[in-house]
Amino acid sequence: MNPVKAPLDTVDRIMLAHGGGGELTGQLIQQHLLSQLNNERLAPLTDGAVLPWRAGELVFTTDSYVVTPLEFPGGDIGRIAVAGTVNDLSVMGATPVALSLGLIIEEGLPVDVLDRIVASIAATAREANVEIVTGDTKVIERRSGDGLFVNTAGVGCLPPTVHVGLEHVEPCDVVLVNGCIADHGLTIMSVRHGIEFDSDLRSDAAPLNGLIEQLLTGGVRVKFIRDATRGGLAGVLADISEHRQLSIEIIEAQIPVSPTARHAAEMLGLDPLTVANEGKIVCVVAQDHATSALEAMRRHPLGRKAAVIGRVTDTQPPLVELNTRAGGRRIVQRPYGEELPRIC
Amino acid sequence: MTPGFRELRDQLARLCNKISRQVQIMEVCGTHTTSAYRNGLHAMLPENLRLVSGPGCPVCVTPQRHIDAAIELAAENDVMIATYGDMMRVPGRLGSLEKLRARGARVHVVSSARSALQIARDEPAASVAFLGIGFETTAPATAATVLEAERDGIENFSVLMCHKLVVPAMLALLEAGDVPLDGFLCPGHVSVITGAEAYRPVVQRHAKPCVIAGFEPQQILLGLVHLLQCVQSGRARLENVYRAVVGDMGNRAALDLMQRVFVTADTPWRAIGVIPQSGLELAPGYHRFDAVRRFSLTLGEDEDHPACLCGQVIQGKAEPAECPLFDHGCTPLSPIGPCMVSSEGTCAAWYKYNRSAKALRDLPQSQEVSG
Repeated sequence: MNPVKAPLDTVDRIMLAHGGGGELTGQLIQQHLLSQLNNERLAPLTDGAVLPWRAGELVFTTDSYVVTPLEFPGGDIGRIAVAGTVNDLSVMGATPVALSLGLIIEEGLPVDVLDRIVASIAATAREANVEIVTGDTKVIERRSGDGLFVNTAGVGCLPPTVHVGLEHVEPCDVVLVNGCIADHGLTIMSVRHGIEFDSDLRSDAAPLNGLIEQLLTGGVRVKFIRDATRGGLAGVLADISEHRQLSIEIIEAQIPVSPTARHAAEMLGLDPLTVANEGKIVCVVAQDHATSALEAMRRHPLGRKAAVIGRVTDTQPPLVELNTRAGGRRIVQRPYGEELPRIC
Repeated sequence: MTPGFRELRDQLARLCNKISRQVQIMEVCGTHTTSAYRNGLHAMLPENLRLVSGPGCPVCVTPQRHIDAAIELAAENDVMIATYGDMMRVPGRLGSLEKLRARGARVHVVSSARSALQIARDEPAASVAFLGIGFETTAPATAATVLEAERDGIENFSVLMCHKLVVPAMLALLEAGDVPLDGFLCPGHVSVITGAEAYRPVVQRHAKPCVIAGFEPQQILLGLVHLLQCVQSGRARLENVYRAVVGDMGNRAALDLMQRVFVTADTPWRAIGVIPQSGLELAPGYHRFDAVRRFSLTLGEDEDHPACLCGQVIQGKAEPAECPLFDHGCTPLSPIGPCMVSSEGTCAAWYKYNRSAKALRDLPQSQEVSG
């Protein structure tokens, strides 16, 4: 049998020909994407998806995902691509409605890896109760060997009753997180070639729209939410402080960090506050809503370890300040770029 | 604050009160520097106790000529470089390894010498050079890896030797005599290898107390309490508050490895100059693993920025903010001096945790926040 005409099932790696727009492209889409992602809006394979829309405002976001390795404990590039965009919509206060999925595949990617990642995309979308309604695939020549790059865009519907945004943050407001920080970034590092170490770390990658909806509909006056991805908790707090020209005091002893993550960060010379997360939000609420916000978070499985970690103050100059466990104080700044493990 | 911390802080305050003059303690190691900043310890120390940083950040003391040599290896000899992450951004005369990688050179970040050797095994057609950076903590691992390369006949592996020794640098500082010091907080990790007795010459020859402590904030504060007790009593003692981990004689196996594979040599320290018998080179039997010899590299001179005070900073002679480049052209994003590069570098730690030290001191005392 001519190998180019062979069903994809007998080909174990993606080839450039899979991106040629011909029969192999059709097979790739039918057998490896639609088989797992199919739904009413995607099935016709038209050039765009038509979505019914209620009155009100639409929130639109996009993000591209690059991670080495593609699969890691607790997740893979597919899970973070769906969860990340769902979370970007959710922290804006929107209810996610639909996602697009763009895959840029390097030739040579094992087909079974692609299948696992698409299955993970499908499972995460189900978990988030959102559909992939349009998509695209390209195959590129082998370059870095990372294998797969993913872009997802998403639209969501902003209920007229929701008003979250940096402009609402005021002195005396209270800052919360929904659980243990730093797990994702440390997990990736623990499996990265040349740095790998044994641990039971798992990425926290998860769609948080359920948790956020619970918060927003639970009678809590939520002023601001942001997911603490790259740049970690420190990055989000620095954003709030800079944009509002307000200070934030946080208390080290109240910030949830698992003992494993604490030790891994210590070993690598990293500050857990600046390590990336994929399933954590920073949430600012009015002082008298702190308890109800905490309870609302803790009622959700992804918020069981939620904690109040600090408060906003009008102290000038605007700084993020950490009261350390040792009783000292220091300034928290966003990291500069790639976080590199230290040496001795 | 937990009672343990409060007690240590109060003890420090009482001792400083009794001593009633400015006390200057040098924390030799970069990990102590970072831990002290990260845990906000400077903000809780008595006013007359000053912690100054020493020459114990391996990245900061690696001379520019070694960075240049690494860049030459990658750029001109098509050698794959394997390095600890902190070296990536250190500027040499021709740029940094990070910039070189962006231009297509093969530079890998590893967390151990063995990972570098593994790259050489995995890519037999490539030539892999490992940057051997660090003090007694990382040197034994480099030695063991060279032995492993020899045993397994891995000939496409070499080491650019930049390893240094801590105690000769401490002695050189004291012999220069231009930094007023009341004692040394000695590094836990290095001492695991060298043993506590390695600091005996510092105590005996120069009558400076040395206290070995771990890197947890409790350990640092406890070490400072012991140092201040020495200062108060006027007795230079060698003490070890990290006994659970550090013994008197060190790690025999690690020391034997180093002795077998390395010889000591006079070596240049960035911005300080040559310190006698303070560096490690491969012993003659292992010269074929020496990247400088294998690729006939010539180590040139350093051309540090004339205004850069890194050399002063790592000898405790200047604070980062005294450097005209600090935050004026030299930042962690675009470092000019090495102290701004490493996460253990004094300038980087200062920039990251203490840049607005005055603003921080002026903040009102915080109150507990509760849910």
